[in-house]
Amino acid sequence: MLAAILSLGCIGMIAAIALGFAAKKFAVEVDPRELAAMEVLPGANCGACGFPGCAGFAKAVIDGKAEINQCPPGGADVVTKLARILGVEATTAAREVAVVLCQGDNQKAKLKFQYLGLEDCNAAQKIAGGAKACPGGCLGLGSCERICPFDAIEMTADGLAVIGREKCTGCKKCIAVCPRNVIRMTPYESTTHVLCNSNDKGALVRKYCQIGCIGCHICKKTVPDAYVIENFLATVVYEEDADAAEAIDKCPTKCICDFSESYPDGSIFVAVKDDNSDAA
Amino acid sequence: MKLKTFKGGIHPPDNKQWSEHKAIEDCPLPDELIVPLSQHIGAPAVACVEVGQQVAKGQEVGAAKGFVSVPVHAPTSGEVVAIESRPHPGGASLPAVVIRADGEDRWSGDLQGADPSSLSVEEIVEKVRSAGVVGMGGAAFPAHVKMSPPPEKPIRTLVFNGVECEPYLTADHRMMLEETERVLQGVAILQYVYGAERVVIGVEANKPDAIALLQKECADNPVEVMPLEVKYPQGAEKQLISAATGREVPSGGLPMDVGVAVHNVSSAAAVTDAVMLGRPLIERICTVTGPAIREPKNLRIRIGMPLSHLVGVCGGLTEEPGKIILGGPMMGFTQAGLDAPTTRGTSGLLLLRDEDVAKSPEGPCIRCARCVDACPMNLLPTTIAAYSRRDLVAEAEEYCAMDCIECGSCSYVCPACLPLVQSIRYGKAAVLAKKRNS
Repeated sequence: MLAAILSLGCIGMIAAIALGFAAKKFAVEVDPRELAAMEVLPGANCGACGFPGCAGFAKAVIDGKAEINQCPPGGADVVTKLARILGVEATTAAREVAVVLCQGDNQKAKLKFQYLGLEDCNAAQKIAGGAKACPGGCLGLGSCERICPFDAIEMTADGLAVIGREKCTGCKKCIAVCPRNVIRMTPYESTTHVLCNSNDKGALVRKYCQIGCIGCHICKKTVPDAYVIENFLATVVYEEDADAAEAIDKCPTKCICDFSESYPDGSIFVAVKDDNSDAA
Repeated sequence: MKLKTFKGGIHPPDNKQWSEHKAIEDCPLPDELIVPLSQHIGAPAVACVEVGQQVAKGQEVGAAKGFVSVPVHAPTSGEVVAIESRPHPGGASLPAVVIRADGEDRWSGDLQGADPSSLSVEEIVEKVRSAGVVGMGGAAFPAHVKMSPPPEKPIRTLVFNGVECEPYLTADHRMMLEETERVLQGVAILQYVYGAERVVIGVEANKPDAIALLQKECADNPVEVMPLEVKYPQGAEKQLISAATGREVPSGGLPMDVGVAVHNVSSAAAVTDAVMLGRPLIERICTVTGPAIREPKNLRIRIGMPLSHLVGVCGGLTEEPGKIILGGPMMGFTQAGLDAPTTRGTSGLLLLRDEDVAKSPEGPCIRCARCVDACPMNLLPTTIAAYSRRDLVAEAEEYCAMDCIECGSCSYVCPACLPLVQSIRYGKAAVLAKKRNS
């Protein structure tokens, strides 16, 4: 009994000394600033910065290979903290959020055929250009929802992707995965958007979608500086100061929407308003 | 005696009873025929007629563009009323020549047939090319390309595909029974072209009448009629070669790498018409069948007939179809409607009811390996599908995704109802896209 305790104790002692020695001798030197930077980064490893995960970005920032404002999910908060760690001045990039420029869900937009294949937008797009009759509309199979590292995208029951403005960090992963380029980056401050992505003529748009832009120019006539119309599709000119929201009530198909009041708590915003459907 | 076959495969119910005993009927002409300019693998043809022009039956309306391409011809006489994008069986809208039939069905005077024994191999291949003959099993690969193998790869064995392993379809079966002479004449011409030492016609054992008839007709010539075990996908080129000759086409290779060429029996009949009568490929046999059609039939159709016309000729629908498939249920193309026209590859039109196509919910993979046993290409479908679903393109390629023939046996046997072949197709497209970009 005693022999066992003594021998095990000795082995333990020797191992402890060896480990302690090895830890000192072979210690890898890490810049303490790198560890501090890792602490402040979001830790989602989304890759939006272009480096392999948050650790890669932290190392790149310390080595001077990346700017401190290259982490879109972190936003202004991370930039200030990184600036403090590095002892430089904070240079904030304007916050951008992704918006799905489509309101044509399965109730409002027509389908060319019933799609029964893989639940993946890129696979669906390969079958005769997707089931949705509109060539630019959201396919509604949720590829963006699955890829979003921040759970900011949700599919509505009628098959439309909607992005929570407050949750979106601007990592652009959804934009990369969407086969129809229906998601765009917009300045966080601009809350008015034309929610349509069809470049077809108005008469054709009306055939397949109740809520698409028909290129009627009414919004541009109301607020000339705020809108530009190309290929029968109105787009908000985000650089201008003009108040695009003034045209919302004028739009005959209700495809211009304002996102400012709809979700005070950052919850998912469902763009289709109920009171409009009563009027129509 | 045990019948020959390949490794793997599945036994779906063949459902051929609907139409296998029905003699071929001539399908009446519709008012308007839509002739797609892309009906084959390779570059689409280019329209060589103008709107308003009168064309005769068999006249070229689309010229071939490049070597891997074939011309397309007017299926009847009439007036060209439009050259525009029309629905195509592939799903998209593609350029087509629209012809309004004049009802006379007058052959073009330029078509000259010849005795094949008086022609050189090159002359025969040229006649086949200008007649627009393609593989009629479904893939529609231009026949003249197959018939021009490089000299360092001689074809010693010629295999004819009378397998028709797709459930429901009976077009090739009726062809072998009713047009035996046309088929065997084409077999002889192709044997002469390739200089093949051995000629095999592979027929599945569920067509005993066709086997007996062919064996009787071939009694005094060296053509071997080989009954094969009934199994899907025996009609796939590589599987048929394995069954009939025991040889395996190497990964990424072609049948000519093992000294074999494969032609469909219907293609052989088309070769006969092209060489002996100078007639282009403007008609074929098509099985219109399925539980949702009133009267299943084997029809002799012209290229360019709208599918709705075929349905009308077969007595119409019994109910709203749950799924419309051009070709067989395993590898055919699902259609969005009946607007598309028939093409040279249209071996069948299958109309299924809603209850026939009920989709089961997906479950988790339980690693039972049924898909591995069923895969006729010796692949690991579940692994490739999993990689494809996760966009791991390099890994999918490493597991030989590109060798998949998309026969759907894996999806058919999967007890978890996983969309295996669908995922692999998605992965294959990603691999091709990656190759194009690099």
